Amino acid sequence: MNSGFGSPALDAASRLMTPFMLMFGAYVVVHGHDSPGGGFQGGVIIAACLILVRLVRGRAAGWVMPPETAVVLLCTGAGIFAGVGLLGPIFGGHFLDYSALPLTLAPAEVRAAGSLAVEIGVALAVTGVLELIFDVLVEARDDA
Amino acid sequence: MTPAFDPLAIAFLGLMIVGAIAALSVRDLMAAVVVFGAFSFFSATYFAILGAVDVAFTEAAVGAAITAVFFVTAIFRTDRGAD
Repeated sequence: MNSGFGSPALDAASRLMTPFMLMFGAYVVVHGHDSPGGGFQGGVIIAACLILVRLVRGRAAGWVMPPETAVVLLCTGAGIFAGVGLLGPIFGGHFLDYSALPLTLAPAEVRAAGSLAVEIGVALAVTGVLELIFDVLVEARDDA
Repeated sequence: MTPAFDPLAIAFLGLMIVGAIAALSVRDLMAAVVVFGAFSFFSATYFAILGAVDVAFTEAAVGAAITAVFFVTAIFRTDRGAD
C-alpha cells in the first residue's frame, strides 16, 4: 500500500479528479447551512480525495498526512466545535446558541456565521479521523 | 413529497434486497465489498427518492466510498476467502 498502484491511467484520472473533489468538498462545507451537505459530508469528501491520492500514488505523492498531524487536525476540529458552542454560555445564551454571539450583524447572518464555524470544525475533525483510520489500517499491514 | 409506494422506490428497494443477498452469498470478499458498495448506492438513491437528500448524500459519501476503501484495505491483510 505504501508504493501505490501506479498505473498511468489511474495516475492521470486521479490528477484530473483531485482539484474538483477538493473544490466540491469545500463547497459542501461552506454551503451546509442552507443546502444538503455540511461539515460531515464535506469532510468525508475531502478525506476521500486525500485517500484517493494516497491509494494511487502511495507515499511518493507528498500528500501523506502523518498520524500526528491527523490527531492535531481532529483535535483542532473538535476544539473549534466546542469553542464556538461554549461562546453561547459565555455571552449569556445556551450551548451552540448563535444568537447570543456579540457580532454586529443581522440575526440571520450571525446564525450563518456560527454554523459555518461549527461546520468547518466538524469537517476538520472528520477529515482527521478518516485519515487516521486509513493510516492505522495501512501501518498495521506493514508491521505484520 | 413522493409516496412510499412509488414504483421507482419499490424498484430500488428490490435492488437493495438483491444487492444485500448477493453481498452475503458471494464467496470472494473483494467481490462482496464491491456488491456492498452497489447496495450503498441503491440505498442512497432510495433515500433521495423519498426526499431525504441529506441522508442520501451521507450514505453515498460514507457508505459507498469511504467504507469500501476501508474494507479493501482490511481485506489486503487477510487471504480474501470467506471461509
